[in-house]
Amino acid sequence: MRYEAPDTIKAAVGLLSKAKGTSRILAGGTDLLVQMRSGMIEPDLVVDIKSIPGMREIVAEKGGFRIGAAVSGAELEEHGKVGKMWPGVVEATNLIGSTQIQGRATMVGNLCNASPAADSVPAMIAAGATARVVGPKRTRDVPVEDIAKAPGKTSLAKGEFVASIFLPKAPARTGSAYLRFIPRTEMDIAVVGAGIAMTLNAKGVITAAKVSLGAVAARALVVEECAKAIIGSTLDDAALDRLAAAASAAAKPISDKRGTVDFRIKVAGVLARRAAVIAYDRARG
Amino acid sequence: MSAVHVSTNINGDDVEFVCRPDESLLDVLRDRLGMTGSKEGCGTGDCGACSVELDGRLVCSCLVMGAEVGGHKIETIEGMAQGDKLHPLQQKFLEHAALQCGICTPGFLVAARNLLERNNDPTETEVRYWLAGNLCRCTGYDKIVRAVLDTAKDMRKAAAKSSAKKASAKKPAAKKKAAPKKTAKKGARHAA
Amino acid sequence: MPLDANTPDLRTEFKSVGTRPNRPDGVDKVTGRARFGADFALPGQLTGLILRSPHAHAKIKSIDTSAAEALPGVKAVITYKDIPEQEGCDKDVLVNIMARGTALYDGHAVAAVAAVDASVARKALKLIKVDYKVLKHVTDVDEAMKPDAPVLHPGRFEPVDFSTLENAAHVSGKEERKTATRAHSNIAGRYVFGHGDPDKGFKQADIIVEHEFKTEATHQGYIEPHACTASVSSDGMAELWVCTQGPFMVRDVCASLLGMDVSRLRVTPSEIGGGFGGKTTVFIEPVALALSRKAGKPVKVVMSRSEVFRATGPTSSASMWVKIGAKKDGTFVAADAVLKYQGGAFPGSPVEMGAMCAFACYDLKNVRIVGYDVVTNRPKQAAYRAPGAPMSAFAVEGVIGEIADKLGIDAIDIRLKNAAKEGTVSSYGPTFGPVGLVETLEAAKAHKNYKVKLGKNQGRGVASGFWFNFAGNTCVSINLNVDGTLALALGTVDIGGSRASMCLMAAEELGISYEDVRAIIADTSSLGYNDISEGSRVTFSSGLATIKAVRDLKVKMCGRAAKIWGIPEDAVKWENGAAHPAGSNAGNFPPLSIKEIAAQASATGGPLAGHYEINAEGAGPSFATHVCDVEVDPDTGAMKVLRYLVVQDAGKAIHPSYVEGQFQGGAVQGIGWVLNEEYFYGKDGTLQNAGFLDYRIPVCSDVPMIDTVIVEVPNPGHPYGVRGVGETSIVPPLACVANAVSDAIGVRARTLPMSPPKVLAALEGVAASKA
Repeated sequence: MRYEAPDTIKAAVGLLSKAKGTSRILAGGTDLLVQMRSGMIEPDLVVDIKSIPGMREIVAEKGGFRIGAAVSGAELEEHGKVGKMWPGVVEATNLIGSTQIQGRATMVGNLCNASPAADSVPAMIAAGATARVVGPKRTRDVPVEDIAKAPGKTSLAKGEFVASIFLPKAPARTGSAYLRFIPRTEMDIAVVGAGIAMTLNAKGVITAAKVSLGAVAARALVVEECAKAIIGSTLDDAALDRLAAAASAAAKPISDKRGTVDFRIKVAGVLARRAAVIAYDRARG
Repeated sequence: MSAVHVSTNINGDDVEFVCRPDESLLDVLRDRLGMTGSKEGCGTGDCGACSVELDGRLVCSCLVMGAEVGGHKIETIEGMAQGDKLHPLQQKFLEHAALQCGICTPGFLVAARNLLERNNDPTETEVRYWLAGNLCRCTGYDKIVRAVLDTAKDMRKAAAKSSAKKASAKKPAAKKKAAPKKTAKKGARHAA
Repeated sequence: MPLDANTPDLRTEFKSVGTRPNRPDGVDKVTGRARFGADFALPGQLTGLILRSPHAHAKIKSIDTSAAEALPGVKAVITYKDIPEQEGCDKDVLVNIMARGTALYDGHAVAAVAAVDASVARKALKLIKVDYKVLKHVTDVDEAMKPDAPVLHPGRFEPVDFSTLENAAHVSGKEERKTATRAHSNIAGRYVFGHGDPDKGFKQADIIVEHEFKTEATHQGYIEPHACTASVSSDGMAELWVCTQGPFMVRDVCASLLGMDVSRLRVTPSEIGGGFGGKTTVFIEPVALALSRKAGKPVKVVMSRSEVFRATGPTSSASMWVKIGAKKDGTFVAADAVLKYQGGAFPGSPVEMGAMCAFACYDLKNVRIVGYDVVTNRPKQAAYRAPGAPMSAFAVEGVIGEIADKLGIDAIDIRLKNAAKEGTVSSYGPTFGPVGLVETLEAAKAHKNYKVKLGKNQGRGVASGFWFNFAGNTCVSINLNVDGTLALALGTVDIGGSRASMCLMAAEELGISYEDVRAIIADTSSLGYNDISEGSRVTFSSGLATIKAVRDLKVKMCGRAAKIWGIPEDAVKWENGAAHPAGSNAGNFPPLSIKEIAAQASATGGPLAGHYEINAEGAGPSFATHVCDVEVDPDTGAMKVLRYLVVQDAGKAIHPSYVEGQFQGGAVQGIGWVLNEEYFYGKDGTLQNAGFLDYRIPVCSDVPMIDTVIVEVPNPGHPYGVRGVGETSIVPPLACVANAVSDAIGVRARTLPMSPPKVLAALEGVAASKA
């Protein structure tokens, strides 16, 4: 195993492209070191991207924010402005693990680990986030929902990695929220997660919405029916019932050590409803 | 496996070591540098017994590679007491009997200090969520939380005293940098 | 010498005892200086790692270690062949530390390596080729008792003929008779306790409640994984540094397994990072010694967290049936129970103790408990805090909660009506001496928590619990230093502050300052044999021996004073840290302080020391009553513990802070057991949650402050009235929380853990039945 800490994207891409065997990116390391420790993976090359300029920065861009791949959850929270615009995204990221994990874990790592239960992913999807993928051939911007393919598998090609996440400017009267269910109060993997973002008109009618569910399928789901259920409403009880029903209907979970199929289906609806109420309140300001 | 040569700073001292890339910072601290105060309870970031500060940020040293700490500053439990003077948290842990077996204690102390440096007036809920990544199986957490809250109280008293002293000396009051109150989040965000 | 006049058998006035000084080992523990199991290192030591079975049950056809042995840096590879069976050794322990022909559970050790570093050792493990033939497995206790279940130990346990036994219908449903027809079984033992005639008793009942209950296995969850460093010399002398609750046990068992003279093995206990019963046996210790013996170098073995879960001892899972009959006024007229505990791959589940504890809180005229010890393809269970008692209490206290509800009687009142007290013939045989259950119930009822008004979806639960407390073999030495301070050598590992308690008792007995006594935990070559630190025995037994050793020393010190004064020894008494003439007839001498006596020790006959050795008895049981309030989220089944109260009899609290700590810690372990902790097995019999992420012990934000009340009903078996307090606190919480949930939402959980999916499913069941 080799450890490299290049100081340019080009050098990092070069290392990854040429590498034989298994190579991994190191940013926060909170998934990578666990996988190495358990013997799940034995990388031949680890590329630490934290020395690359920009990786640990959050910069304003086109009214939104570009968040470097090595920005930790704690740094994201302390930034303040991102959380003001996209509270759902920041809250979701901050739910990952403990204070200690927050000191290291990144949104991009959460995304590229490709766990169906990743907390930040449904929230990013709801916010319309894109991932900037750098690689040997070109740089491309990809909707976050297109990165994870299946548990542990991404759409990234050899030599490619995600260098940053872009959160677009939130339109006026936009609110977002993310809720998850865990058996304890902390330190658990989501049994179900629900991310939602919505925009209202001046009368409080929802004009746009995006809803994403985590841990109820092989990857985070974008549920159009959930959005349809509330667009055009003022989030009255009937709209909330439709939303919950649509979320439960979309959930295609499995039973495992963390939860059962029935439980996940039911709670997907409960969380979608609760998250919508929070997001709506935030949108109204 | 190619070894990596690392120059870093631990508890204020410059330290150099050589490690394999598959060694965690915790492995390096314990096995190469003989600093066994940080404990391995899980090796997967789930227990917090290996808590250290990396550039002032609370982290699990089992989830940091030894190879990546070059040029950074690390604070461990071994650097907490100043000479023979215990840190107020260490003193309060003793007085409150906030430890039974003691294996989790270094991690709790490092984590609690990191909290109080940011926020010397945390609520019980804030303390509990900040320390949720530190597992203790002996105490049920009660006396640990009390010790942290009691230390915070003393710190506030000491701060008030010193600012009163300064005011009475008619010196311009030092501009106190508002500590980011950033622990309230966790209690509030569990609406689910 | 009139010592007894100053030290009555039961002391009630104290100066040091009952205060809360800092513990003597405290500074080392808050500065990171204390050395725990994995903190020990020897020059030139190797890293030992263990290869473990990935199968729940498999025949080991062959093990090829040649490639591993050939790897540069590998210094020893061992299999069971390197640990040949010795005459008289415990065969189950031998098989558990290294599989011999059959892997009996996921995680069962199969081979081990010692190499120059962890990296090489890991590679070597991968090079060991094991040819397995996977066998059918069974992990559930009820399944294991069925006639068609795979048999773990063919030829070992005779089938049980249930047709001739009482309660048989509740053992395994309709299958019980078939079990008798097969050749061998997984039933390793059967235990019966009780008195009177339950069948007759039930005929007098106005109300009878009976239910089946199940609890899943839970792990002690100590934060420190097992660790040891072994060094065996070519002349057969060996040393072992290890985190254990019982260094003498480790020494004797390892010597027996490895065919060594006990005198050749010296075991030094490290500081111990939690045990809760889980470190009362050996796992890696004999393996490390065998590796060191073969490699000729020191070998350190440290378990990973995953190994701790897969291959050390969790407690049993249990399947139970409990039936209680009561009069309308709440008087219990009869009680009956069947308990089935699986103890993993070997006999020894704590079902016998579970059966003895089940009804121990109550004064019952007609009671019967039958317990079955069952083997399954799981790791060999080890003791876990009040072994066996929390499960049976969960069932019994749950049924009592339901009876109280149905009769409209207050949960504490119904327990007061039936509570065991002095003179009660216990359900397991002995007649109780002075015990404190009634006092705990009364204190709980008077506590402010019992009066707090509850809101929507909130509920309150009550449960009581019992633990015997152990005593046993104990040996203590106390040495007077030249300056009058004292060195106290104990043989019981300090697992939660016991050195502080011993120093307090020694200081009390001598009439000197707590700071003048320092306690150490001795190694096995420096002190006589001591039983394991288990069964809540340490403060009682080592405390008793400390007091008696001090009394021995006091006699000797009075003797020296007599010599100095030239008066008879029996004319000297000990008071307030000094020798005094016993009366005016003895002479008019100024008192000789302990410092003065120490300074003259050499001139008056040599060093001064006190000793005491005993196989102690009279531990005196400890009863507790817990009260808890919960709130349930009816949409998700999530539960929050709002308030929790522990009231327990400590006899006499030597260091109240550490007594409270035992109450609080036990309660929170119990809360984890009832809410989320469980051994989760896949269909293939492998453990799915071998880590702290998915084996969910309570985190700091999961629990409230744990309120405590220390009740003190002195135990006549101890000079200061001490009762052990470590274990009873985990007995009531399972039922206490379950009863609170029932009060909150009307759902009675009878299967643990009552995780949110189960609670939600039950809630929906209630809603459906109402619709």
